[in-house]
Parts: sequence; structure tokens; C-alpha cells
Amino acid sequence: MKYSLFSLVRNGLSHHEKWPRAWRKVEPKREYDVVIVGGGGHGLATAYYLAKEHGVTNVAVLEKGYLGGGNTGRNTEVVRSNYLWDEAAHLYEFSLKLWQDLSRDLNFNLMYSKRGVLSLGHSLQEMRDIARRVNANRLNGIDSELLTPEQVKELVPILNTSPSARYPILGASLQRRGGTARHDAVAWGFARAADARGVDVIQQCEVTGIRRENGAVVGVDTTKGHVAAKKVGVVTAGSSGVLAEMAGFRLPIESHPLQAWVTEPIKPVLDSVIMSNAVHAYVSQTDRGELLAGAGIDSYLGYGQRGSFSVIEHAVAALIELFPIFSRLRMMRQWGGIVDTCPDACPIIGETPVRGLYFNCGWGTGGYKATPGSGWVFAYTMANERPHELNAPFSLDRFTTGHLIDEHGAAGVAH
Amino acid sequence: MLLIECPWCGPRDESEFAYGGEAHIVRPPDPANVSDEEWADYLFYRKNPLGDHQEQWQHASGCRRWFNAQRDTLTYQIERGYGIGEAAPGGEG
Amino acid sequence: MIEPNRLAAGGRIDRGRPLGFTFDGKSYAGFAGDTLASALLANGVRPVARSFKHHRPRGIVGSGVEEPNALVQLGSGARTLPNYLATQVELFDGLEARSVNAWPSAAFDARALQGLLSRFMPPGFYYKTFTWPSWMWPFYERQLRRAGGFGVAPSEPDPDRYDKTNSHCDVLVVGAGPAGLSAALEAGRAGARVILVDEQQEMGGSLLGSRVKIDGAPASSWLDSTLAQLREMPEVRLLSRATAFGYYDHNFVAALERVTDHLGPVEGPTPRQRIWRIRARQVVLAAGAIERPLVFPNNDRPGVMLASAVSTYVNRYAVSPGRRVVVFTNNDSAYRAALDLADAGSEVVAVADLRPDPKGRLVDEARRRGIELLAGHTVVEVKDRNGVEAVGLMQHDGTSAFGGTRWTECDLLAMSGGWNPTLSLYSQSGGRPVFDELRACFVPGPSTQAERSAGACNGEFTLRGCLSQGHAAGAGAAAAAGFGDGRAAAAVPDVDDGKEGRTRAYWIAPGAKPVGRSGKSFVDFQTDTTAVDISIAAREGYESIEHVKRYTTLGMGTDQGKLGAVNGVGALAGMLGASIPEVGTTTFRQPYSPVTYGAIAGREVGELFDPVRKTPMHEWHAEAGAEFENVGQWKRPLYYPQPGESMQDAVDRECLAVRRSVGILDASTLGKIDVKGPDAAKLLNRVYVNGWTRLGVGRCRYGFMLGEDGMILDDGVTARLAERHFLMHTTTSGAASVMSWLERWLQTEWPDLRVHLTSVTDHWATVSINGPNARRVVAKICHDVDLSNQTFPFMSVRHGEVAGAPARIFRISFAGELSYEVNVDANYGRRVWEAVVSAGEEFGVTPYGTEAMHVLRAEKGYVIVGQDTDGSNTPDDMGVGRMVSARKDFLGKRSLTRPDTLREDRKQLVGLLTDGGEVLPEGGQIVEDPSARLPVPMLGHVTSSYYSATLGRPIALAVVKGGRAREGETLHVPLADGRSIRARVASPVFYDPSGERQNVE
Repeated sequence: MKYSLFSLVRNGLSHHEKWPRAWRKVEPKREYDVVIVGGGGHGLATAYYLAKEHGVTNVAVLEKGYLGGGNTGRNTEVVRSNYLWDEAAHLYEFSLKLWQDLSRDLNFNLMYSKRGVLSLGHSLQEMRDIARRVNANRLNGIDSELLTPEQVKELVPILNTSPSARYPILGASLQRRGGTARHDAVAWGFARAADARGVDVIQQCEVTGIRRENGAVVGVDTTKGHVAAKKVGVVTAGSSGVLAEMAGFRLPIESHPLQAWVTEPIKPVLDSVIMSNAVHAYVSQTDRGELLAGAGIDSYLGYGQRGSFSVIEHAVAALIELFPIFSRLRMMRQWGGIVDTCPDACPIIGETPVRGLYFNCGWGTGGYKATPGSGWVFAYTMANERPHELNAPFSLDRFTTGHLIDEHGAAGVAH
Repeated sequence: MLLIECPWCGPRDESEFAYGGEAHIVRPPDPANVSDEEWADYLFYRKNPLGDHQEQWQHASGCRRWFNAQRDTLTYQIERGYGIGEAAPGGEG
Repeated sequence: MIEPNRLAAGGRIDRGRPLGFTFDGKSYAGFAGDTLASALLANGVRPVARSFKHHRPRGIVGSGVEEPNALVQLGSGARTLPNYLATQVELFDGLEARSVNAWPSAAFDARALQGLLSRFMPPGFYYKTFTWPSWMWPFYERQLRRAGGFGVAPSEPDPDRYDKTNSHCDVLVVGAGPAGLSAALEAGRAGARVILVDEQQEMGGSLLGSRVKIDGAPASSWLDSTLAQLREMPEVRLLSRATAFGYYDHNFVAALERVTDHLGPVEGPTPRQRIWRIRARQVVLAAGAIERPLVFPNNDRPGVMLASAVSTYVNRYAVSPGRRVVVFTNNDSAYRAALDLADAGSEVVAVADLRPDPKGRLVDEARRRGIELLAGHTVVEVKDRNGVEAVGLMQHDGTSAFGGTRWTECDLLAMSGGWNPTLSLYSQSGGRPVFDELRACFVPGPSTQAERSAGACNGEFTLRGCLSQGHAAGAGAAAAAGFGDGRAAAAVPDVDDGKEGRTRAYWIAPGAKPVGRSGKSFVDFQTDTTAVDISIAAREGYESIEHVKRYTTLGMGTDQGKLGAVNGVGALAGMLGASIPEVGTTTFRQPYSPVTYGAIAGREVGELFDPVRKTPMHEWHAEAGAEFENVGQWKRPLYYPQPGESMQDAVDRECLAVRRSVGILDASTLGKIDVKGPDAAKLLNRVYVNGWTRLGVGRCRYGFMLGEDGMILDDGVTARLAERHFLMHTTTSGAASVMSWLERWLQTEWPDLRVHLTSVTDHWATVSINGPNARRVVAKICHDVDLSNQTFPFMSVRHGEVAGAPARIFRISFAGELSYEVNVDANYGRRVWEAVVSAGEEFGVTPYGTEAMHVLRAEKGYVIVGQDTDGSNTPDDMGVGRMVSARKDFLGKRSLTRPDTLREDRKQLVGLLTDGGEVLPEGGQIVEDPSARLPVPMLGHVTSSYYSATLGRPIALAVVKGGRAREGETLHVPLADGRSIRARVASPVFYDPSGERQNVE
């Protein structure tokens, strides 16, 4: 059933008793052409683009819990592409272009809202770095503007732009096409659209082993039995290291808790996404009215999907520095995700030491915004057995050659 | 909010400590004669385990001594701290 | 003023202290001891809010933290507070409250019309539409956003203060109801340090709202004596109005204490709220339980309330919320409300009990009192006009209702669907709740941290059981913390609870019609989630409880599902034909109830957000009118404007003074690390790219430090003060990280090296005197050091006395001039600075700031780590490859021979010169062809760029791909306005390339 205003009215008149399932409930077959491990946004997008762009429909997505239950459902919903280095900028910009029309492509409103993303600068050096990034973005065809404190104030009047602040705002970059999109909808939208093209989306199915023969992958063991596959794509943010261990290799990745939280819903007060690396916090307001905020990653390795209160204390203090009127608002819910971080804050997308086994991991704090682009290039890589030029720079061998793409500046804090 | 036992100062809040990542990584004794792959392995590749992890901590806002600790990366329970150069609990490392 | 529902006697209110307040602009009266909710009920105010999605009128349902509807906006102006629960707001004189989400008032809401469209707004309707036309989405979204949210944020900064306290204890008891009080008492008796926190204004929990007897006397006497005993114990701390909201790792529990909220606006130093950061050896959770509503058509009408809340209003606040009452229940506890109401003079028309055969002491008591008991009955409909007017009752067979509808007029429906133990903190601690079929609720499973649950939060709903579990838990926790033998010291008081019948769970009350065809049956009042919504979600494949939560927004409100989540789980299980354990619960996250941002930040706001570091000469700079910049935590003078000067004017003047005569710079912020020991030189050899063994005593050397990845980490001059003693200079911002870096290698990798490190940055004040007249100035105030080039050459250090202060004098320069850096004890800093200023007066000595310092060093081609480098540059990239020793290993060396670090076309440091007078923008990207199509290939970027007054032209440093081989080429720097500046690649050394000026006589 195609979703539309018409379908809402028609189903409303029939007591909503005729809505079909968004995706089928199926048990895994014994064999697939491609198995995708991980039913988050990236995995589901990969399956969708395998079917849509490459005609590969004998695909299963295996999810150990529920769809979108990992970082897809735990992030702070920010979408943008203003990365510094060419390689990253091109990949994220490709993704941002996919976002533009994704709701209609999937027939699922992802509520992509181009509210503009501001990255604040609080020191002269930060302003130099911001200017450098803005200039690079523009030459890469990415919309980006350098704002003065006065322009920042005009755009976001509730920001404290006083020069006497402890770390005064000296300016900002603005990407107007940046914004937010509803994270759960991304998982559901891709799942529904992939399912419609024949992909089996299977929940509560945990992969427990990766079977190999003669250096090539032949399938996976799961809690629902063995599933054979010629190609296996692993897209399991927060568990990449665990899956790599199953396949007998290590990754240049460490997993860390990353925390986010919301305030109680209040009437609209903030229209843009505000990020500040120097004071380590970022915030936007959801359509429901909550202020959705996040901090930098917790320092230590952890799989606990929870972090330390002290990280929140510092980030909330930073938010009050930026927005003094937030002081009387109240935090309503906090949670943690697990991010797989690479030494250069860029992902690994491509082949592994095991033939037929592909990994898409290491997105750190920046994975959500890349969801459609990541799925698209990963589908391309798996279908053609070679990386697309967009993800070729993000191969594992960059850690050997030293060709890192250091995006710590642009990735900064999580977002 | 971890409570970490510094072997010299006793249990303290995690905010007093700096995390140092995986312990027992051996720096190649003769770096000039290792391959790029071996060097990359030393530089970047990590165990990143789900479960017991031997890691380094520094009591940064205290005695500033580095030490090792074994911590479960899921429950965050710390088995015990032990000195740099000592073997890990269970003989690993 | 008349309070129509106030009982003539009873309650814990202070009738001697009448208070006035306003709600939605109307004035009302109440008493001290009231909450806003009890006062509103006393005044007969029924609709107090409008619902989130459908704008249905809503009344007060609960009496505490569980209240889903009665959100209010408190106060106005800078002190306004959105979304506070009327049930938790203590009344004070002059309190102003407004309903949220309703305009102009809760009683009459203009947006109620929206409710008419509600049938076309199933869960997730926004995912299914608004995608066409796509340019309209911003408009649709604006409408959605306006409809969302409850209260409004203040429009001014917060005038109040907040605080934090760190605390440690042996036993933390959460909740001061009968179980928690008993636990605290036992733990205290055993000698443990105890903290007892309770969220209410008075301790006592459920005892405050009930009429039970303990040891034959009213519970209040047991309560008073228990509290008196606890107050006598020196090691017991009682914290009321304090909510333990977060249970974190390693038994860290955070609690929010509301210090002055109950007083209204308070001026002065007292914090409004305080967060207690508690580290407990043992935790006893005695957080109580929250009554479940029943799910039936139109169960959200004002006048439908939780039975326990009704009892609380009657007994604690002397308010009768209804005159004609129907009680609707599936368990015995609601009979208490029936009896309380009857005793308070209300007419209890009937008790509709879903169970076919209710039995027990309370049931018998109700029967004895002549209250009509309708066993096996269900409520199929609620009639209302701004409040309940009548309920339709029918018999049921367990799944659906049958027979005729019996309409019963009433103005209050007290409901009870059983009890949910409050498992939030237990769950946050890492525990997994398990479903207890017998008691029809989730209870704590095994502990994962040092905690135990007692009383109602442990699934024990009798008072006797709560007291006994509390005693055992207190004694047990104390013993686990090392106090006592674990046996309770005192006998459990005697309570005649009687025997209660079993609760029989009906997650959705059996109805006359299928759920989709009758009136809306709300599962979660605040988010307007109905039973139908859950069924639609399940039908569409959103079967996981997490999916249901996210799709329908069940449990996503400010009450975080305290009231509705478990009913939602039960309803979903029923629809999926699954058991409740199969469906499971969603995870309870911190905080248990909302926590003020200001309190979370505590004192770390404004100036105290991050400490400000000032040099010993800071006040002099301020007095001289310096503009400051933040460098890390430091404040450094950026430039010293004189009247009428622009920044450029000032910087030009400062630069020229240094080049022509003499200038002074406060260089105290440079990192300084004292390196001592027999292996000190060996350590330096391993961390710097260049060699140190042969550096003579009294000599200085400049070095780069690399990370193990081969990229420049820091730079600076290190001096050999003695054979085994070096002083290392780091960059200002790198001081702390370099110290940690050295310590780490020393302790973890090279413990055999005998070296001691001491950070001495703050011990020394550094006055840097630069310019051709520098020697003449220093000579006036330093008489015991021969300052001549011959005996005190460039790159050496001497000890002496400057302006009477013992000093280390370094002949090192970041400006490329004759230079003396005088280091004295920080306490002499200002004195020596002032002495230099006076001595230099005849030479026009000019203080200069970091901007002039940057210009001067850029003229010389000296890089600034972190400005001209970004973590991706090797020494060779910066043109100092020849400094790298081939004869030794050092940190990062191996990385310099990786394929990527050997590339010819790496970005290299170059100078850029523009032909016109235009200063290149820092951060400008450099391209070969500015008219190339997007994306334009970029060669590098401008890292530093200034107007050089000395040279009379702009200069810039940049990193450019294969830059050194491009010297002489013309490249382009495109600007945001579409123009592009031409720039010629040049040597990065613009001034005095031979370095003669630092050796002038």
C-alpha cells in the first residue's frame, strides 16, 4: 500500500484495521546471494540499494535485536556534509544529495528538515579552521557560509554572543542544507522499501559465527541456524570488532560510549542545529519539542550503551554557556550508544582479508548522516566486488600506507 | 561513573583518571626493521574486546602514576589494578 | 474564598496558614501543606490541561510523580518554569500557574477542534504523508512543531544559583516510606553511615496518605518516632525533597534536592537546587510502587483518577475529589479509596470489580459498609461534560462485555489496575526486571551492583511486608558494608494488614466493542497513546516493544511511561498472542524524573565554566588596556591598542618597535617541563627528532616532537642547565599533553630510564625582551651576567639576577631579533616586567601581544604548531627534514618511511606573496585554476597571513602540494564573494634569511 494523505483518510474511515505490515515477517532461507549483518540504517540501506541499483534481491538482512535498535535509534539526528577533506566531503555530500529526495524515494516521510547547521568558533584558531573548512566546502560544491557573531545572533537570537562569555562566540560556519531527519523513520523506511523489493528483513536473529573456506566467506551461523551466502556484508556499528574477531582479523577500531539526552518538550525555541567543538556540546530541537543534545565520546572503551554522568555534567554546563535560557529546562531522558572509532575519525568501507566478506564500520560519531550514501557505496562495492571511487579512499590499507583522512576537526564532537 | 582503584592512592572517581587504551602493546624493539604492515598493526590495530580488557590508566589528577587494570567492557567491573610491567590477571598480555 | 471540596477536618495541611494562588489567571485559596494539585481539586477545578495530540480536556489523575496530565507553567519572566507537575508543586503564597498546551485556558481550548481530525491521525501518521509536494514540508513541519511541546522556555538567563555536593556513605536508602525508613533505621543502628533520600516534602511515603495503624496506633506516631530516632543518629543524613534520579556505574547515585522551590522565588546566595553526587557502598531501593490505571473507553475524562491518589487527597490533603463515586478495580487496594471516601462523607455508589469473585478483608469491609459490589463488571463508557457525569457498567466474561449497560451517575471514577513496582533505579543499575505472574507486575531480578530492593518496589504490597523487608534490607546492607551481623536489631512493628485477594491483570478492560470501534481507551495519557494505536503498530509489524514505543510514542512523555508503559506491554502481548516476558519492557533510563539543567551544571557556569589562567603580569596588561585572546585556558594579550588605534595600527606599531628598537612580550604561558636525571638526555633523544647527547651545558636547542604516526606533535627550545638537568619548553596549548606524553612513555615503556619530570609552567614568569636594543635594556637591570655575544651567545642560557630577582636568562628568539627571555619566580613576575618597562623607557620599549608575535615569527618563517600544522604534517613537510636524525630511533621515526609519508606531492610549507596590497584570508584554499568546474581541485591552504609593517607588504605561510618545487609559480586563492587573489609561491622566510639580526652587537 502506498502511503499518502489519501491512504490515511481511507484507513481512517475503516478504523485503521486494514494497514498492511510495513515489512514481512519471515524466517531466514538456507541460502542467499548476499547476507547483510546488521539491521540498522546502513545495513538496511545497503540491502535497499543492492535491490534497487543492482538488481540483487536475494538478500537477507539479519538483525540481532530490533531494526534500528543500535546507533540508528540512538543518535542525535543531525544531517550535514560540511567535512574538511575531499574524500570525506565527497562521500558525505553524495549522501546529503540522496537525503534530498529520500522520503519520496522510500515513500516514507523521514522528516528531513533543512534547518541549517551552525558550527561555532570560540577561538582565533577555531575560526581559522572553520574558514579553511568553509572554503574547502565551497570549492567542493558544498554549500557553506562563514558567519560573524552578529549574523549568528540574528539567526539564533537565544545564543549568548556576549564578548564577555568565558569562551565568546567569534563566528560560525553554516550549512543551510544541513539539518535533522527522524532517525527511527530511516530504519523503518529503508526496511519497508527493501522488503518491497524482495529483501528478507529478519529480526531477533543474531550472527554467532562467520564461516569461511579457503579464505573466502561461505555463510554465517545464526541463532536461527546456518545461512549460506556468497557475499556477506557486515554493518554492525558498536560490534564491528566482535564480528571481525569471528572472521579472524582485527580492526583499527575502538568502541566507545557516546551519550545523548533530551529535555522535556517545550514550544519551539531553537530552529537550527548548533554544534560547538570547543565547549563539547551540540543541540537541536525535535519536532516534538524536546531539545536533543549530545556530548563528545566517553574516553574509555565500552560496550555498555551507557556512559558517565560527568560527561553530561560538562556538556550541560556548556549548553548553558551557549544558551543561558536553558538553565531552567530539565533533562528528561539520557541514553548511550556505542560508536566504533577509527584513528582518523573516518569509516572503513570495503574489502577485508576474507574474500567475499565486506565491512562497513568505524563511522565513529558521524554515521547517521551518511546512512543513504554509505548504503549506496557499500551496495556498489558488494555488487561489483570493487569499491566505488567515493569509498575507495576508505579502505583498510590506508592504515598501512599512512594515507589517513584526519577528520577529527570536522568530526569534532559527535553530531 | 567508574570508581577506579589507583594502586597507590586507593579508590577514586573516574574523573581523576586519564584513560590510556589497551595495555601490553609491545613497541617493536627495532622499528626500522619491521614491515609497514607490522608497524600499522602496532600503531592502530586493537583487540577492542567485548569482555575482559587489559588497559592503561593514569591517576592524572592524583599521583600521576600509570597503571594497568583489567575491566569488563560490558559490565565495566574492574577486576583489579596492577603495575606496569606486571602480568595481567589470568596471565594474558 | 470557598474551597468546595475541602473537608472540614483532617489532613496534614496547616489550616492556620491560608495561601492564595492563581491558575489560568483566576485566583484561588489553599493551605500550607497543599500541593498545587490538591489545592486545585479542593477548589473544584477539573480540566487542568489539554492533551498533547487530540487536545482533549484532562484532569488530575495522580498525586505525585506519576501524574501524566497536570503539567503547568509556573511563574513568569526569568523565573518561569515549564512542565512542572501540579502534584509535585508545593503551594506557596502568590504562586502563579498556567495550563500548558491549551489556549486560552484548559477549560476552553481553541485548538480542541483539532480533536475532530484525530481519526485521521493514527500513530506515525506523519511518516505516511506530508511528502508531497516536498517544498511544502517546511510548512507542514512548522505546524507539527507548533502543536508539539508543552510549556515555554524562559526568555531570560536564570537568576538562580545551583550547587553540587559530593558524598560517600555505607548505605544509601532511596525512599522514606515504611520500607525505606525501616531500612535506614536498621542500617543506622548497625553503625553504618546512612543517607536516606526521599522526593517528597515530608518523609513517610504511603503512610502520609493512608489511615493504617502500626502497633495499634495511627501510622503517624510510628512515623514521628522513627524520624526522631533517625535524627538522633549522627551518622544518618536525611534528605527530603531530594529525588534519586540516576543510578550509574559502581554505585554512583545522583540525587536532586529542591532547596527553595517550595518557597517560591528566593533572592540571595541559597542555591535553588542542589545535586548530591553519592557514592554508596550499598544501596537499598525502597522506591515504592505506582498504581496502574485501567484501560477502558474515555478513561481520560477529568474525574477519572487513580484510587490511591483519591485516598491521598482525602487523607493527606483533606480534599474530597468527588461526591458520588464509582470505584473500578481489579484488586483489593482500591477498596481503601472506597472506604476513605465513604468515611469522608462521599457517596460510594458502587465498586465495579473486574474479578468475578473478589475476596478479602477490605472487600468484606466494603460489603459490611453497604457499598454495592459489582463483581465481574467492567466500565464500557464514560459520559462527561467537563468532567465525569456517569459511567456505563456491564458484566464481562473475561474478554468482552455482555448484557445491558447500567448507567450510573457519578462525578468521580476511582480506578486501580494493580501496582507497578518502581523499578527505574534498579533497571538503571543494570538489573533486568522479571515478570511475576502471581503479583501481575514486573519485579526486580538479580542484582548487578551492590543494591537490594525492599517493599513495594520489590513487589511487596502489604505494609507488614514492607516493614519487614525494610528491616532485613537495612540490616543486610549494613552488614555487607561491614557493619553488624545482618540481623535486624529491632522487632518488626505489628500491623494488621489482613489478607488481600489476588490482583487479576486486565491490560485492556473487556469492552462492549472492539478497541478500534469504541471511545478512545488511553494507555498513555500524556502522549495520547491509545489501545488502538498499539494495535495498529502491531498490525503494521512494529512488534518489538521498542518499536511500539517509538512508533506510537508510548512512554515517551515527561513521565517516561511511569503510568502507561506496563499496560502498553500487556496490551501488546495480548495483541501479539505473546506472553509478557516475551514482549519484555523497554529500558528505564536516567533520570527517574526530569532534572534541571542548571543543577546538572552546578557552579560550573559563567566565569567558572572553565578556570581562567592568568600570568603574573596579567593585571599590568589589563591596566595597559590590552585586548586579550583565549589560548587554551589562558588569557593572553592579543595587542595593546593606544587611543584611536585600530588593531592593525597597534600591531604595526608593536612589530616595528621590535624590529627597530625593543619590545617586550609576556611569554609566561609557554609550557615548561623540568627534566632531571642521569638519563635525561637519553629521554630527549627518544622523543625529539634531533640529537641531544652532545648539547653542551648552558646551551639551547630547538626540536620537534612527533607522535608515533610521524606527525608533528609539538615544538620548542630545550636548554641544558646542567649535565643531568634540562628545561624543556613546549607550546602554550601543548604543555599539559606533552607532559602526559613524556610521563606515559617514561612510566610504561621506559621505566628503566632514570628521569624525573616536573611541570614548572606556573612556577616561572617569562619576560621576553626583543629587538636591537634588547641588550641595552637588560644591561640596565642585570649586572652579574656578561650579555655580550662572545660570552653569552645566541641559543644559550645563563643564571643571574634581574631587577633583584634570581633569573634564568635564555638567548632564544621567536622574533628573529636580539633577544633575552628572562625567567624569574612567578612571584617576581610583575616586578621584573615593570623594571624592564622602566629600563626600556629611553628606548621606547613597547609591550606587544600575540598578534605581533605571530607577525614577527611569520616574517621569519617560524611555524606555529597547531596553526601552520594540523596533525597531518611531518618535519619534512614543514621544511625541517634535515633536522631529523638518521643516527637514532625516536618516536614516530618509522612512520616517516611509510608509502604515504614518502610521497613527493605532500603538502609542504611555503611562503605566499600577493602582488597587490591584499592580505590573503587565513584558511583560504589554494587552487591552480580558480575558474575550474566544481569540485575544484585544491592544492592546500593559507595557514598564516598578515600585513607585515616591517616589509611593507602582506605575507603568508601556506601548505601546498609539492610546494617547494613550485617556488615562483602563481596560484590562486578564491574568495567567498567569487573573486580570487593571485599569490606567488615563495620561500617561507621573508625577513633576515641569514639570521644576522639575532646577533647584533
